[in-house]
Amino acid sequence: MTRVVQFLGQAIAYSLFAVFIGYFATRPAYTHHDPDRALIKISFSHAGAHVEPCKRLTQEELNLIAPNMRQPTKCPRERLPLLLEALIDDQLVYSEELPPSGLARGGTSTVYAKFPVDAGQHHLQVRMRDSRRTSGFDHEKSADISLQPQQNFVIDFRPELGGFLFM
Amino acid sequence: MIGPRKIARAAFESVDRLFDRAFTPAWNPLYQLGTLGWFFYWIVIVSGIYLYIFFDTGISQAYESLEYITNVQWYAGGVMRSLHRYASDALIIVMMLHLLREFVMDRYRGARWFAWFTGVPLIWLVFACGISGYWMVWDMLAQYIAIVSTEWLDSLGIFGQAIARNFMNPETLSGRFFTLMVFIHIAVPLFTLLGMWIHIQRHRDAKVNPPIGLAAGTLGILLVLSFIEPAVSQPPANLDMVPAVIDFDWFYLILYPLVDWLPGKTVWALVGGGTLLLFILPWLPAKKDEAAAEVNLDNCNGCGRCVDDCPFSAVSLQPRTDALNFSEEAIVTSNLCTSCGICAGACPTSTPFRRTSELVPGIDLPGQPVRDLREKTLATLDKLTGTTRIIVFGCEHGPDLDPLASEEVGIIRLPCIAALPPSFLDFVITRRHAEGVFLTGCSEGDCHYRLGQQWQKQRLTGERDPYLRARVPRERIETYWAGITRNKNLRRKLSEFHDQLKTLPTLERRTTAASQTDAEQTS
Repeated sequence: MTRVVQFLGQAIAYSLFAVFIGYFATRPAYTHHDPDRALIKISFSHAGAHVEPCKRLTQEELNLIAPNMRQPTKCPRERLPLLLEALIDDQLVYSEELPPSGLARGGTSTVYAKFPVDAGQHHLQVRMRDSRRTSGFDHEKSADISLQPQQNFVIDFRPELGGFLFM
Repeated sequence: MIGPRKIARAAFESVDRLFDRAFTPAWNPLYQLGTLGWFFYWIVIVSGIYLYIFFDTGISQAYESLEYITNVQWYAGGVMRSLHRYASDALIIVMMLHLLREFVMDRYRGARWFAWFTGVPLIWLVFACGISGYWMVWDMLAQYIAIVSTEWLDSLGIFGQAIARNFMNPETLSGRFFTLMVFIHIAVPLFTLLGMWIHIQRHRDAKVNPPIGLAAGTLGILLVLSFIEPAVSQPPANLDMVPAVIDFDWFYLILYPLVDWLPGKTVWALVGGGTLLLFILPWLPAKKDEAAAEVNLDNCNGCGRCVDDCPFSAVSLQPRTDALNFSEEAIVTSNLCTSCGICAGACPTSTPFRRTSELVPGIDLPGQPVRDLREKTLATLDKLTGTTRIIVFGCEHGPDLDPLASEEVGIIRLPCIAALPPSFLDFVITRRHAEGVFLTGCSEGDCHYRLGQQWQKQRLTGERDPYLRARVPRERIETYWAGITRNKNLRRKLSEFHDQLKTLPTLERRTTAASQTDAEQTS
């Protein structure tokens, strides 16, 4: 009888162990994103203009430099931050100054931002300033878009392809 | 006042008791958490090697190869995949229980800090193994893990470009990425194995295999689970879509929702702070260990019994440094010594039959020397007045023995039950100081000092040197391994022993003075 009770106890313990693992290995489901909504994601890396323009050196200045080190222009490394704005249905949802990376602040500026939105029609507008101008924007794109539930809509920026890309 | 640790220990022991009944103490899974961890690790490795044979790296090939393994080869590959997943989950369970249990039982401080400290990185490594494995499936769960993991890493702000950009859309994803993941998923388990090996380095006779019956039962139930609930992939990853509602492995991904709810840096601070806290826990506060065992060369012949019995490899042998005609001598590495006294209990010179003034064993605890134990024993026995006198030797990590004390029952505490040389039982009974000797301590199979209980039992049954001499009547010795929660059973057992002793012929009582005389004559 004792052996039977022992085996029964073991069977219960093993079964509970299996049920615990089997359940929590996949359940309960986790809702990471509302399945009725879409997501607009802005992500790119881009270098702003240099803080100071390249300067052409005079002959006198070149003479002060060792011959093997002479270059006709001197370009400071530091770059300007990007000013990026995004509007969804004419509402400003993002407005940030994106600092350049690196200790010398001479690298690219990077953005990675997400905006969950209702599925359906939206008017999307993004604009960016990457030059030394003090007002207005250098790059701008707007479009009417239709988003499906759970759609991942990406805004990228590739100057070689004409600027902002809506994907 | 009863602290939370004592409540937690009592809770553990309550479950232990149930498992002791069902599995017996030798198979109790809660006493085998470490060995079960090793066992699950090997199941994961073996099943992983099988899966690797059929796994294909590539954006679409990874998912397709796993679909083949799961659906076409369900009888072998599918079972292996399920075992791979469920054994990984089981590994997390036993690892976290192991961590909690060692903390609750206070087996992580003092000289035992090393196993705790080296165990902490294993938590990270095991999680990294599991998470990288889920990533390789490249289904919606993998997509979720990839995006959240990289976003979390990006929140550190140490990468030039956002790593999460790799998962922006199908165009940005590279097939080489899967090659990297395979490399990580192989390399991290190897580092884990190295870490596990380091983790047990300070344990003598470290157990890395569970009892065969428990291993068979555990593997069996994982197999049953694999057939009833096979591990399957979720829909294939699609970077044009956002993973929304995901079937979640809560064992490995329990922290991931935090990344959704809190800023990434806050989660890093929480996880980093938690890890740091775990690392320094053995010193919060530091345990005030008794002084380490010391060797008395005049009484040490280098027999090596203390070396064999030390559970933490704190005693070793070295070439003789004095003029005595023995080849070796014992030496104690004090920072490894937990002051359990098992070495003194194993030393053949720890015999109370010697004269008190000369009772200096070859190895002894300076804080609780065997000489004091002898004096305490004799003093306690002297106070007993009843006709059925019993002396109870109990370890400091077992039940509260004070309520057992009476005119017929004397109590002696030891750091570990194996710190009691078996010759003390001989001394008490054959010198007629008491009718019987009762030994108690930690729960059976769960000795605070790992091996003390096992060694003492083997000494009593003549399986381990120093043996209890054959002349000692075994019916006058009783043991009960109680832990801290089985006080009622302990009292009942002691009462039964008391009744049993009454049926035996009464021993004519000896006084302490007579004993001293005997001892002198013997020596």
